[in-house]
Amino acid sequence: MDPECSQLLPALCAVLADPRQPMVDDTCLEKLLDWFKTITEAGSSLLLLQENPCLVELLCHVLKPQDLSSRVLSFSLRLTGVFAAQEDCFQYLQQGELLPRLFGEAGPLGGAAWTAPTVRSGWIQGLRSLAQHPSALHFLADCGAVDTIFSLQGDSSLFVASAAGQLLVHILSLSMRGPAEGPPSLQADDWPPCAQKIVGHIEESLRSTATPQITQALNVLTTTFSHCHDPWTQVLWVQLHPLVAALLQKDPVPAAHSLVDLLLSVARSPGLSSSSCGLWETLAQTLSHLSPTQAGLLALGILKLQDCPQALRAQAFAVLLQPLACVLQATAQGPGPSGLLDSTAADSVTADMLLPSKAACVGLLCQTLAHLELLLPLPQRPCPWPQAPLLGAAVTLLQLCRGSGSPASDAGRQLCALLLGCVRVQRAALDFLGTLSQETGPPELVTQVFAVLLEYLRSPDSSPTVLKKAFQATFRWLLSSPRTPGCSDLDSHTLLFLRELLPVLQKRLCSPCWEVRDSGLEFLTQMTRRWGGQAGFRHALLASEVPRLTEQLLRDPESYVRASAVTAMGQLSSQGLCVPPAGPEHPGSQQKSLLGELLHILSTDSEGFPRRAVMQVFTQWLRDSHADVVGDTEQFVAGVLQVAGQDLDWEVRAQGLELALVFLEQMLGPPRSHCPYAVTPPVAAPAGPLTQALQSLCRVRLFEFAFRALFDCDRPVAQKSCDLLLLLRAKTASSSSLQEPRSSPDVASVEAALQRWRAGDQAQPLGDLEPEVVLAVLRSMDLEGLRGALAESSDHVEKSPQSLLQDMLATVGILGENEADCY
Amino acid sequence: MKLYCLSGHPTLPCNVLKFKSTTIMLDCGLDMTSTLNFLPLPLVQSPRLSNLPGWSLKDGSAFLDKELKECSGHVFVDSVPEFCLPETELIDLSTVDVILISNYHCMMALPYITEHTGFTGTVYATEPTVQIGRLLMEELVNFIERVPKAQSASLWKNKDIQRLLPSPLKDAVEVSTWRRCYTMQEVNSALSKIQLVGYSQKIELFGAVQVTPLSSGYALGSSNWIIQSHYEKVSYVSGSSLLTTHPQPMDQASLKNSDVLILTGLTQIPTANPDGMVGEFCSNLALTVRNGGNVLVPCYPSGVIYDLLECLYQYIDSAGLSNIPFYFISPVANSSLEFSQIFAEWLCHNKQTKVYLPEPPFPHAELIQTNKLKHYPSLHGDFSSDFRQPCVVFTGHPSLRFGDVVHFMELWGKSSLNTVIFTEPDFSYLEALAPYQPLAMKCIYCPIDTRLNFIQVSKLLKEVQPLHVVCPEQYTQPPPAQSHRMDLMIDCQPPAMSYRRAEVLALPFKRRYEKIEIMPELADALVPMEIKPGISLATVSAVLHTKDNKHVLQPPPRPAQPSGGKKRKRASEDIPDCKVLKPLLSGSIPVEQFVQTLEKEIL
Repeated sequence: MDPECSQLLPALCAVLADPRQPMVDDTCLEKLLDWFKTITEAGSSLLLLQENPCLVELLCHVLKPQDLSSRVLSFSLRLTGVFAAQEDCFQYLQQGELLPRLFGEAGPLGGAAWTAPTVRSGWIQGLRSLAQHPSALHFLADCGAVDTIFSLQGDSSLFVASAAGQLLVHILSLSMRGPAEGPPSLQADDWPPCAQKIVGHIEESLRSTATPQITQALNVLTTTFSHCHDPWTQVLWVQLHPLVAALLQKDPVPAAHSLVDLLLSVARSPGLSSSSCGLWETLAQTLSHLSPTQAGLLALGILKLQDCPQALRAQAFAVLLQPLACVLQATAQGPGPSGLLDSTAADSVTADMLLPSKAACVGLLCQTLAHLELLLPLPQRPCPWPQAPLLGAAVTLLQLCRGSGSPASDAGRQLCALLLGCVRVQRAALDFLGTLSQETGPPELVTQVFAVLLEYLRSPDSSPTVLKKAFQATFRWLLSSPRTPGCSDLDSHTLLFLRELLPVLQKRLCSPCWEVRDSGLEFLTQMTRRWGGQAGFRHALLASEVPRLTEQLLRDPESYVRASAVTAMGQLSSQGLCVPPAGPEHPGSQQKSLLGELLHILSTDSEGFPRRAVMQVFTQWLRDSHADVVGDTEQFVAGVLQVAGQDLDWEVRAQGLELALVFLEQMLGPPRSHCPYAVTPPVAAPAGPLTQALQSLCRVRLFEFAFRALFDCDRPVAQKSCDLLLLLRAKTASSSSLQEPRSSPDVASVEAALQRWRAGDQAQPLGDLEPEVVLAVLRSMDLEGLRGALAESSDHVEKSPQSLLQDMLATVGILGENEADCY
Repeated sequence: MKLYCLSGHPTLPCNVLKFKSTTIMLDCGLDMTSTLNFLPLPLVQSPRLSNLPGWSLKDGSAFLDKELKECSGHVFVDSVPEFCLPETELIDLSTVDVILISNYHCMMALPYITEHTGFTGTVYATEPTVQIGRLLMEELVNFIERVPKAQSASLWKNKDIQRLLPSPLKDAVEVSTWRRCYTMQEVNSALSKIQLVGYSQKIELFGAVQVTPLSSGYALGSSNWIIQSHYEKVSYVSGSSLLTTHPQPMDQASLKNSDVLILTGLTQIPTANPDGMVGEFCSNLALTVRNGGNVLVPCYPSGVIYDLLECLYQYIDSAGLSNIPFYFISPVANSSLEFSQIFAEWLCHNKQTKVYLPEPPFPHAELIQTNKLKHYPSLHGDFSSDFRQPCVVFTGHPSLRFGDVVHFMELWGKSSLNTVIFTEPDFSYLEALAPYQPLAMKCIYCPIDTRLNFIQVSKLLKEVQPLHVVCPEQYTQPPPAQSHRMDLMIDCQPPAMSYRRAEVLALPFKRRYEKIEIMPELADALVPMEIKPGISLATVSAVLHTKDNKHVLQPPPRPAQPSGGKKRKRASEDIPDCKVLKPLLSGSIPVEQFVQTLEKEIL
C-alpha cells in the first residue's frame, strides 16, 4: 500500500466505524473491498494488518453493540474473510478472538442486524473467502457455522440462499481436498467429518417430503458436479444415486427442474464414468417420468451430450418431437403415421398436455420449437434429421394460428381454437421455419412453405413482429431455394413467388404502422443486396412500384423508416435499380437527385438515424465507385466531409472518418497488410502520384476534417482520426520528395491553430493547406502518445485507490458541513 | 313469454316479445340485400346499362326481356329496387304496444311498420339514433326518388315464372312481399311516433314492465335494452362493440342476472380484425393514390366513416397524401359531419373531454377546415367544378345499386389504376360488383365491423351469466365455409336457443312470482309471530285489488254494524262475501288439549 493511502486509511476507518456518518454510496464499499482484494493477492495480509492497526480496530469496533449500518457490518465481515484467507493472518485474527466473535454465535448471527439480508450475505461471503485452508475448516466446525449455512439455504433472500448453497459446495470440496497427507479415501465412511456432515445433510434432504429441501439438496449437488471433477465425486454420486432415483417414484416428481439440472451436470461431468453409475438408466427413467414440458429440457441436454447411448438419444429425440407429432396427428387428414414418430405416434400424455389450456399448449409448443431450433445447427444433432415432417409441422402450426388449416378431427379443431391468433406460437414457428431453410425439403412441402409465408405476409392481421419474422423467414427460404445449375439467377418457381411477393411488399411499404414499413424496407435491402445483379429479380422489381415507393419513404415522418429507406435506396441505386424519371428528356436525373436528396437528409434531418444511414450509403458508394461518385469524386467527398464535420451526432462524424479513410486508401493504396504471407508492395511510393494524391486530399479538406476530429470530445471519433492520421503518416514516411523543413512559417501557424483547437477553440479554420505543410505538422505531432491516452478509459485518472479514499472522505466531509450549516 | 321472429337477418333483427301483457317489438331492421337482384340506378344516363340485352328463357321465349337484363352471365331485374320487409303475417302488428330501437341501422323498416299495419303504439330510441336514422332514410329516399323509373317489374315475381329463373333470382325468398322504398312523408310520420330516451332511463310500460336503454358501444346513441318486471329480466343485446372507437363504451354490468338474453347483431365478418382491416384500407388507399389512381369507398353516411376519416387524418401526412382531395358525397353529408360533433354526451370519454378544449371531438372538422375533406350533396353542382384527380371519394350506397357511387363505378371501372375499397360488411362485394362486370378497376375487400366477435361474446356471457340465451340460428353453428372453426359460434351452457325467420319461440322460462303491495294500515295491523329465529309469520286477511297491472292488498271492509234491517241488507249487497273472518289458526297443535276438547264436544 502506498504511503498516501496509508495516511488516509485511519480517517476512513474512523468514518466507517462512526454510526453517525452513514455511507450513502455503497458502491464505494465494493470498490474498497476490491482494492483490498488486489492488495492481499499481491502481498501478505498479516503485514497489512500490522502496518495498519486501524483496520483491526475497525473490525473490533463493529462488534460493539451500536447502531452501525448493516452495509458497514456486511463490509467488515467480507473484509475479515479477505484477510483471513491467508493462514498466518487467520491465526493472527484467531488469537485476538476476532473471528469467533464476528462469525460465531456471539457475533451478528444472534443480533438484530441479522435480519438484514445484506449482513447474512456478508457473513456467507466472508466465510467463503476465509475457507481456503485446513485451519478454516476446524474453525467452521468449532463455531457451528455449517449448521447455520444449512438453515440459510432456505433463506427468504434468494441471493443469500444461493450463496449458502455455493458455500456448502466450497466447504465440501475444501474438506475433501484434505490435509497435506494425501488424497482422501474413496470410501465415503472414511471422509472427513465435515464432508460427512454435509453429505448426511444432503441425504436427509433428499429423503424429505418437502420440495424446497429436495430442491436445495439437488442444487448443491448440481453445483458440486459441475465444479468438482475429482474422483471423490464419483463416490458421492454412487452413494446418492439411489436417493435421486427414488425421487422418480414420487408422483408428481418433486423439484423436476432441479433434478434435470443435476442429471445433466452429472452426465457432463468428466470425473464420472457414466456407464458404471447407472446414469443412463436414470436418465431414461427420468425422461419417461417427467411431464412433456419438464422432459423437453432434459431431452435437449441429452441430445447435446457428446457420448451417449444411441437408444437414449432416440428416446430423448422422441420426447422432444412428441408435441409436434401430436399436432401433426391431430391435423392429419387421414389415418396413418404422421411421419415424425412411428411408434409413439399418438401419445395421449402429450395430447393431454396440449389440449386442456391455452397457456400450457402455447408454452409447450414454443419450448419445443426453440429446443429444436437450438438442436438443428449442432454437429451431434440426431441423424437422420426428420426434415420433411418438421417442415410439415411448422407449416401446420402456422396454418392453425391463422385458422387457415382445416383439421378433420375434434382434437385438431380444439387445437385450432387454442392457437388461433396466438402471436407467440406464430413467432416461434416462423423462427423455426427460417432455421429449417438450412436443409431442403420435398418440393411440394417447399411450395407449402412459400404459400404459408405469403399468407402471413399478406394477412392484415399479422402483427408487426410476426410480419418481421415472416420477412426474415422468407429471405432465408429464398436464399436456400434451388438454382439453375451453372447460373446464379433465381429459378422459375422463385421468380413466380417473387412476382406474388412484390405486390405484398408494395402494400406493406404503405402500411400505417411504421414498424411494418421498416421491416419491409429492410427486407427489400436484403433482397437487393443478394439478387440485385440478377436479371430475373431486376426485371420483376423494376416492373413493380417498389422502387418508387421506397423513394417516397425517404420523406417518411418516422426517422427509423427514413433511415431504412436511405439504406434501401442506396442499395437500389448501387445496383442501378432506381426508377428513371417519367420524361425521356432527363436521362439520369433521378440518380442525381438521389444524391442531392441524400445530401439534403444529411444536412437537414433532425434525427440521427437517417443521417448515419446516409453516411453509410455514401461510404459504400465511394467504395464501390458508384456512378454518381466517380463523376467528380473530389467534390463529392469534400461536400460530404463538410456536412459530416458539423454534425452533432458523433456516429455521423465517425462514419465521416470512415469515408475519409476509404478515399485515402483509394488515393494512396490500402494499408500495408499485416499478413506475413501477403505480397508487400514496394516500400518507397513514387513521389509524383503521392504529391498529386496529397494535393487531392488537401482539396477535399480531409486534413481539416481529420484534425478537427482528432480533438473531438467523443473518444471514438478522436481514436478513429488518430488511426487515420497515423496511417497517412506511415504512407508518406518513405517519400523523400516532400521533406520540408518544419520551421516554415505556415507550419508554425497551423500548429498554433491546432493548439487552439485542442484547447477547445475550434472557430478559426485552417485555411488552404499545402501537402508539405500537412506532412510537417503530422511528423511533429505525438500521434502515438495521443493514441495511448485515448486508449485509456475515461476515468483512468480518477481510478486510483487514493482518489477512492479521498472521495469517500470528502463525501462524509460534505455531509458534516451541511450538518453544521443547519445549525 | 313468447318471441316472434320476423326477420332472419342476424344483424338486421325484427322480433316481437310478448312479456306479461305487453307486446314489444325489438328493432325493425330492413334487409336491403334484395336490391342486389336489381340493376343499378345510374344518376347519369349510362349507355352500357341501357343497352344490356334482355333475358330470355331456355326455350327462347322472350316475354321477360323487358323486366330482366343480362350482364356478364348474371340476370338482373330492370326496375326500381325493392326491399325485403320483416314478416307481417306472423302476428297482428297493430297489437304491438311499443317498438324499441337499438341503433340507426336497425330502424330502416320503421315506416313500413308504423304506417301500414295499424300500429298505434310508441317507438323508443335515443336522440342520435333518431337523427342519424333520419339521415339514412332521407339519403335512401333521395337516392331512389331522384332517378325515377318508368317501369315496375312484377311479372318475374309470379311463382311459376320465378321457378324458371336462374339463381339467385330463383332462390329469392318471399318476393311477393318485397316493397318499394317509402316516401319522405312516411318517414316523417314514422319518426313523429318516436319518443326520445336517454341511457339508463327507466320507462314504465302499463305498469307491467320497465324498459331501459343501455349504451352498447357500437354507434352514436346505440343501445341494448333491459326489459324487466319485478321478478323477471330480459336483456336484448343488439349491435354491441367493445372496441374503443367513437361511441360511449358498452354497459355490460347492467346485463347481469338476466333470465333471458336475446343476442343479435354480432360481427358479420368474425375472421376480420377491424384494426388489421383499417391498416389494409390505408395501405391500399395510399398505394392507389401514389400510382395516380382514384379510390372509391362505398359507404353509409354515418358510422365507420367517422373512424376512417380519423385514421386517414393521422395517416395522410405520414403517407405523403396531404395534397390528395377527399370527397364525401351524400345528400346528408353535411348534416352527418355536423351532427357527429354535437352529440358530445353520447361519445366516448376521450372525445367528450375534447368538448372542453377549443377543438371539435372529431378531427374531420380540421380536414374540412384545411380543405382536405370536401363534402357535397350530389355529384351535380359544385362538385363537378371542384373535382380533381387523383382523389378519394366516400359515397353511398354500399349496395352499389343506387346513389352517386353508381356513377363513379361507371366512370372509374375501366381503369386498373383505380380501386374500389369495400368497408361496409352488409353486402357481399362480389354480388355488389356483378352488374359492373367486366371491371378493370381493382377491388379490395376490407370489411370493418366493430360489433362483438365470438371470443368477446363468450367472455361477455361468462361475465353476465344469463340463464338462457336466444340468438339467430346462424350463431349456433360455424359458418358453412369454415365448418372446422368451432370458435366461430356461440358456446354456452345451456346451449343457446336459436330462431329463424317466421318462427315463434316459447321462451324456456316460467313466471313464478308477482309483486303485491300491502297498504300501510293493513301492514300496521299485522302481528308477526316468530316461528324460527329470524322468520316471523303473520296471517293476513285482505282484499286483493288489481289495477293497471299493479296488485295491492287492502284492509278488508269492516263488518257492517248490526243496525236497521234495511240498511243491513243494502250493506251486504254492496260488499258481497264480507263475512267477519275468523282468525286462522297456525302453529303446532297442543295434542292433549285438542283431544280433551274433542271429547267434550263430541260426547
